[in-house]
Amino acid sequence: MQDIRKALYVGTRSDGRLIQRPMSPHLQIYRYRLSMVLSISNRLTGVAATGGAALGVFWLAAAAKGPKAFATARKVTGNPAGQLLLVGWLASVVYHTVGGIRHLIWDSGKRYEKEELNKDGPVAVGVTAGVSTVLAAGLLGVAAKRARAIAKAGKVS
Amino acid sequence: MNASVPHIDVMRSQLGRARGLGAGGSGTAHWWAERVTAASLLPLSTWFIVQMFRLGGAEHKDVVKWGGKPVNATMLTALIITTFYHAQLGLQVIVDDYVHGKAHLPARILVRFITSLLGLLGVLAVVKLVAAGSRRS
Repeated sequence: MQDIRKALYVGTRSDGRLIQRPMSPHLQIYRYRLSMVLSISNRLTGVAATGGAALGVFWLAAAAKGPKAFATARKVTGNPAGQLLLVGWLASVVYHTVGGIRHLIWDSGKRYEKEELNKDGPVAVGVTAGVSTVLAAGLLGVAAKRARAIAKAGKVS
Repeated sequence: MNASVPHIDVMRSQLGRARGLGAGGSGTAHWWAERVTAASLLPLSTWFIVQMFRLGGAEHKDVVKWGGKPVNATMLTALIITTFYHAQLGLQVIVDDYVHGKAHLPARILVRFITSLLGLLGVLAVVKLVAAGSRRS
């Protein structure tokens, strides 16, 4: 059977003839707006955050499995490429959180006027950039410091 | 069949066609679940990021010790279940929006399958950490 949604695009004219009802225009018709980038970004970062959460679960599973598996996980979290991935996960979570909070505010009926939406968009970008940078720098700094201390203690003992 | 000439392939009434396509029935349940899990994830993920400040770069034994503590294990389990439930709800909407026709149902089932398995793996890892913690003490 065909997609029955297609059948809903067939309408009847007043003289009884069947006609194709109009569809809304596609993406390239519209003028670029920040709000549309922010909207699709909320989806994309949601998918990215899920991928990151999967990695997080593997990290936890490695810890549960044993020291050898955890050493492998640490090789990933300890090298620059892995850390770039972690920072990407963090930034995705931060943006998805900011976007999510905006959605919850809209759901309560606030900040949903056109001017308010356009005013809040750049703020959301700024908050995401700021919070992500601070958290990423903090977490990478703490991790590097601790890893150095462990390596040093390992050599002494 | 000529696609440019409007025709109806599915002989069903307008009501029959509309049934199951709209928000009627289970529509609001999905919407509410998405919002409630989103709100729950705010404190849970904040907790996780704070914990990562304590654990970043840590050794295996410290992570095992951390995961074995009852409060940490509770928060972790709640975080994992809520995360993958929310992910499933969100990915389902993406599949509904972009995957049409025959591929739709398998894609939807696949999303459930993968998110459920990842959630289970996370929960069981926590269970094992707790078991390891109680064995040592």
